[in-house]
Amino acid sequence: MTQQQTAGPPTGVADLAEEFLDRQTPLSRIRNILHRYPALSPAIVLLVSVIVFGLLNDRFLRVENLSLITQQVAVVGTLAIAQTLIILTAGIDLSVGAVMILSSMVVAQLAVNNGVPAPLALLAGLLVGLGAGALNGFLVTRFRLPPFIVTLGTLNIFIALTLLYSNGATVRGSAMPGMLTWTGSTFLLGPVRISTGVVLMLLLYIAVAFILGKTAWGRHVYAVGDDKEAARLAGIAVNRVLMSVYLAAGAVLAVGAWIQIGRTNAASPNTGVDLNLDSITAVVIGGTSLFGGRGSIWGTLLGALIVGVFRNGLSLAGLDVLYQTLAVGILIILAVSIDQWIRKVKS
Amino acid sequence: MTATEFQPADTKVRQPILQARSLVKTFGRVVGLDGVSLDLYPGEVLAVIGDNGAGKSTLIKCLTGAEVPDSGELTVSGQPVHFKRPQDARAHGIETVYQNLAVSPALDVASNLFLGREERLPGPLGKLFRVLDTKGMRRKAKEELARLGISTLQDVTVPVENLSGGQRQAVAVARAAAFGSKVVVLDEPTAALGVRESNQVLQLVRDLRDRGLPVILISHNMPHVFDVADRIHIQRLGKCAATITPQSHSMTDAVAIMTGAATA
Repeated sequence: MTQQQTAGPPTGVADLAEEFLDRQTPLSRIRNILHRYPALSPAIVLLVSVIVFGLLNDRFLRVENLSLITQQVAVVGTLAIAQTLIILTAGIDLSVGAVMILSSMVVAQLAVNNGVPAPLALLAGLLVGLGAGALNGFLVTRFRLPPFIVTLGTLNIFIALTLLYSNGATVRGSAMPGMLTWTGSTFLLGPVRISTGVVLMLLLYIAVAFILGKTAWGRHVYAVGDDKEAARLAGIAVNRVLMSVYLAAGAVLAVGAWIQIGRTNAASPNTGVDLNLDSITAVVIGGTSLFGGRGSIWGTLLGALIVGVFRNGLSLAGLDVLYQTLAVGILIILAVSIDQWIRKVKS
Repeated sequence: MTATEFQPADTKVRQPILQARSLVKTFGRVVGLDGVSLDLYPGEVLAVIGDNGAGKSTLIKCLTGAEVPDSGELTVSGQPVHFKRPQDARAHGIETVYQNLAVSPALDVASNLFLGREERLPGPLGKLFRVLDTKGMRRKAKEELARLGISTLQDVTVPVENLSGGQRQAVAVARAAAFGSKVVVLDEPTAALGVRESNQVLQLVRDLRDRGLPVILISHNMPHVFDVADRIHIQRLGKCAATITPQSHSMTDAVAIMTGAATA
């Protein structure tokens, strides 16, 4: 080995150049690695924070507590899938929480007040999600409005629709058919208590990771977010990709609505407005670039878990909710700064 | 000697691959093209030069489907064609490399070569789950690069943003030249490049021609044009002022024709 290093010449000029580039500084080498694997930095942050909170409080690393964190993360984690898809196209969706609440209210009201069978009510919830996605996608692609503005508008529209439709009344889980609250049920896997909602969320992550990584559609989503014009010139139907992304996001949000009903054992029009921003937080901390075209869905799951771990760990440490919010704020700014730094990798 | 008399040795017997006859394109009251004709023969580099507003980009857009001419005829290998979209031109084997480099920076070289025409795995994985044949596409990308003689791109798994300007241009050119295209149109391929990288791209243009692929080259850079072009189409005020060759005319002559100070 040592002989090879001293005597053996590099195999080619390209190898030599590559090695030379890599050897600039240790820092730029780290940056290159982080650039290649966008989920790596959130994975490191999650690992470190779990260790630190575990050392601060014995109860943190108990199985029941870790299980609780996953349940607390299930809804935001699901919304963050939809958010990731949209942010990958260099968009942003401020209305994810509002769509989810609207969908959950429609499902609950139809099932409880109108006596619609649970599967049909859930189907109606899916249609609400798809409809909301179609509206956002239509405004973004046809009127060429910035997604930020479109979803700021639809956020308010969906909140108003939710309140109009529900008259501000909460529907209790106890009044609903069992199928609607099924996502809140738990089962034991060895010593770990797992909720159905968490399993559903993980299945969505696996499905979306597969689609983004292994299909042409996934590659086109990245290409559109990376450089819209280049994608168009390469023969990709940019508007069709964008529209399908908003529709897919709407479908994911409808599943999120189901998970939310199970998690809170209710459908309430007054919760979940924070979820809009929390989902963006998870995506950003997960290393997906707000400029589009860069990031991974697993990073988003890690980002959602990081926020969950911070909130849970800080509250176990006896700190006020205020400090949790403060910590999340600092995390966001750190994450975006790191993203900016990583993006400077250019020849 | 007048330029129009000159014919490359074999053009009398060979049929032009791409032929334009009396193209007219107006934008409101502005005449972009005023009856322009152009022939592109197999295995030649045809440069299109002209001052700003002379109609060279309108001409290229009409040839590549980005604009629809008001009147005039286009034929590809003798068959009349009507391009309404860039995709129509692409379907007839006319590939364009745009000035602003239509590559996706975060995707790797192989993904860029196959962008918009990805291949799926055979069998149920590909048909049912639409799984991409990543390995196969990488292998084919390597083969295509080798066939085109592009040696600057060794590793097809490198993201394009990690490449130099010349290498990126090579990716864009490779994508245009690969997969059975008949004509490659290069719009200002050396405009953003340094001397060494420009030379690499010019060499690439020569390699494409030597492999029988005709190239239309739009450029402002006279030395580059005179370096690689077999024939030079000079646009002036919406018309073809002359078609010359680097042998028949000097750069000064070309500039004089371009600006109207002389006629061919």
